[in-house]
Amino acid sequence: MSKNHLVALNGSVHPLEEIPVLDFEIFQQAILDSAKDNNKLVCLTSDQGQRAFAVMADQTSKSFKVFQSIFPETFPSLTTRFLQANLFEREIAEQWGLQPIGHPWLKPLRFHKQWTSDQYSLPWTLGDPGAQDFYNIFGDEIHEVAVGPVHAGIIEPGHFRFQCNGEQVFHLEIVLGYQHRGIERALVGGPHQLSLKMMETVSGDATIGHSWAYLNLLEALAGFQISDRSSVIRALALELERLANHVGDLGALAQDAGFQPTSAYCGRLRGDFLNLTAEICGSRLGRDLLSLGRANFDIHPEYSQKMLKQLSEVEVDLLESIELLWNTSSVASRLEGVGIVSKENALELGMVGPAARASGVDIDARRDFPLAPYDIIPLPVALEDSGDIYARAKIRATEIKTSIRFVRSALNAIQNMESSTVAPETEYLPKLAPNSLAISAVEGWRGMIFHLAITDTNGHFERYKIVDPSFFNWQGLALAMQGENISDFPLCNKSFNLSYCGFDL
Amino acid sequence: MLNILLSRLRQGYHTNKYSVETPELPLRFRGLPRFISDLCTKGCGKCMTACPTKAISKRKGITFDLGKCLFCSACMDVCPTHAIDFSRDHRLATRERNNLKLKPDHHFGLAEPLEGNLHKLFSKSFSIRVVSAGGCNGCEVDLNVLQTLAWDINRFGIDFVTSPRHADAILIIGPITQNMQLALKKTIAATPDPKLIIALGTCAISGGIYADHPEQRGGCDGHKLNADLYIPGCPPHPLTILDGLLRLLGRV
Repeated sequence: MSKNHLVALNGSVHPLEEIPVLDFEIFQQAILDSAKDNNKLVCLTSDQGQRAFAVMADQTSKSFKVFQSIFPETFPSLTTRFLQANLFEREIAEQWGLQPIGHPWLKPLRFHKQWTSDQYSLPWTLGDPGAQDFYNIFGDEIHEVAVGPVHAGIIEPGHFRFQCNGEQVFHLEIVLGYQHRGIERALVGGPHQLSLKMMETVSGDATIGHSWAYLNLLEALAGFQISDRSSVIRALALELERLANHVGDLGALAQDAGFQPTSAYCGRLRGDFLNLTAEICGSRLGRDLLSLGRANFDIHPEYSQKMLKQLSEVEVDLLESIELLWNTSSVASRLEGVGIVSKENALELGMVGPAARASGVDIDARRDFPLAPYDIIPLPVALEDSGDIYARAKIRATEIKTSIRFVRSALNAIQNMESSTVAPETEYLPKLAPNSLAISAVEGWRGMIFHLAITDTNGHFERYKIVDPSFFNWQGLALAMQGENISDFPLCNKSFNLSYCGFDL
Repeated sequence: MLNILLSRLRQGYHTNKYSVETPELPLRFRGLPRFISDLCTKGCGKCMTACPTKAISKRKGITFDLGKCLFCSACMDVCPTHAIDFSRDHRLATRERNNLKLKPDHHFGLAEPLEGNLHKLFSKSFSIRVVSAGGCNGCEVDLNVLQTLAWDINRFGIDFVTSPRHADAILIIGPITQNMQLALKKTIAATPDPKLIIALGTCAISGGIYADHPEQRGGCDGHKLNADLYIPGCPPHPLTILDGLLRLLGRV
């Protein structure tokens, strides 16, 4: 039997004609078969509402399988047979008006008009995302709790609808779309001058992750090589981003568990990591740190020395603060056994990142689909199996230690690496390979960030698809709350700390 | 318990002393841009085309609109005569939208304090309700930082409150997406008078990166909403935010 798919590596480019075009029925079956081989669906999408593309991640061969077909106007939904397709099918329906027949809950994801017309695809899309139909439970003792979009704190907007029996949550439905800014739609015809800035703000706390994924893809399509030194700087920045966010999350968990010391220390220490990023590029979130073909800023020896010193100081305080958290029984009682996601459920939903690893799912794009320099400096993958809030916290603590080690060795290594301070000036908007497909994956701090681009005959983006890790993991949060007390929601939410705008795009 | 006390002793006191002392900013920090007209001999306009948000215009002399500027240094990098650079001055907040339009050799109109009754009401105790309306979590991050003990914004009597009923000001983040318009409008309406509007970050001021997208409405500019304080940046440094708020309250 001839191969029904294309094998693609992280950051590789392939002419579209190399991807076999399957009958739609065979296409869907191929996805299901691939899933049976423990491959994970990372992307199911369409270009302009016509061609269908599915990408499955195959850990064992460290590669991606790409399937292609043509979308019929209506098609049988995969969701009831394969849950990972759920949100992708809703997205396709909303963007193009294609109808997955038999989808159990065909509700818009982001509440916007169709890309190709002035119409809304689905009957829901009138008015506010929070004022729509929800999954309801009826009964004398049942009540609903509605939270958001404006939340109690400095947080992005989203709407949470709980179906409760007293304190106990039976069901939680999360509705997003408030942050929708039209990023993917605007990328059609690109790359544009603003494209990189949009990537930096897909999710502002994952600036490095998304901009690296984008540049990796763009460099592949343009045929650029980046220097070893630049890739080390990129990885260094990515790990600093992971550190800042993981540290902040542990602080936030301590705060919601009512434990002030770790909350106060980690809040401050998170800022110290952001400041380390600012040492490199002037921006605490790593804005403008990466650019096409290079890292925009070099790390001179005196910078490395200064950063190494700061890192050591921060490390002592940080490890002490985390130790305090583990040694406090009142904290443990809030974290242990609460908000459990089983490994089966995590796999079924296609969860990624620390949240998946906390449930025993052994995935990490840094090991599975490594970009330089992760291919030569392998990092151990943190794993827990209890799937509760405690496990998600523990994963972060383990990854913090790993990342600090990585940052330290990178800062040392970079001093001896051939300096490419005069980075090659590359064209601002390069010529891209026409009629091609390219994919890119970066393990951001929330999990695998996946980007896919399809170019037209002129080498412009016909489709640019962004899959933020939150896309999968929001469902994990909803599941984790089933059967829990509603008062544990803030803690459970922090243990995932997902991106609203990364989902809404 | 003993461990907690020992770590408290060891880790010590870290709150910075702004506004008495300015905390050290990173060497590569990009603050208020400077344009040296004498050096702009070519008038080539390369800076204008390089700017991703078209923040530089040439009508009636060159103008930098900080309400659109991302502080990305693209203009500086392309200038053949080095007429543009970014200073390390973190003070960027203004009371008037027009004051963000920076002209060379013009005085930059930093935010003036509130006057009269508003000053009396708010200068010692100021409660802010934050509404993120399409923000990327960048401004949110750097605003949240002000609540940590490294900054301890509460020492100035500034609080972030959960209910608009308790708020003196609504602080807007993001370009104001279509889907957040109603929620923002209702939140503003639920805030008792007198109330102030604060626009934080380039998106909230002008729509920023997203200004041309139909999915949003161009921040305060697009809504013809006059804010009482504009804090530019993408995102603004926490020091810029704190400085802006303190200027508004007449505390620096």
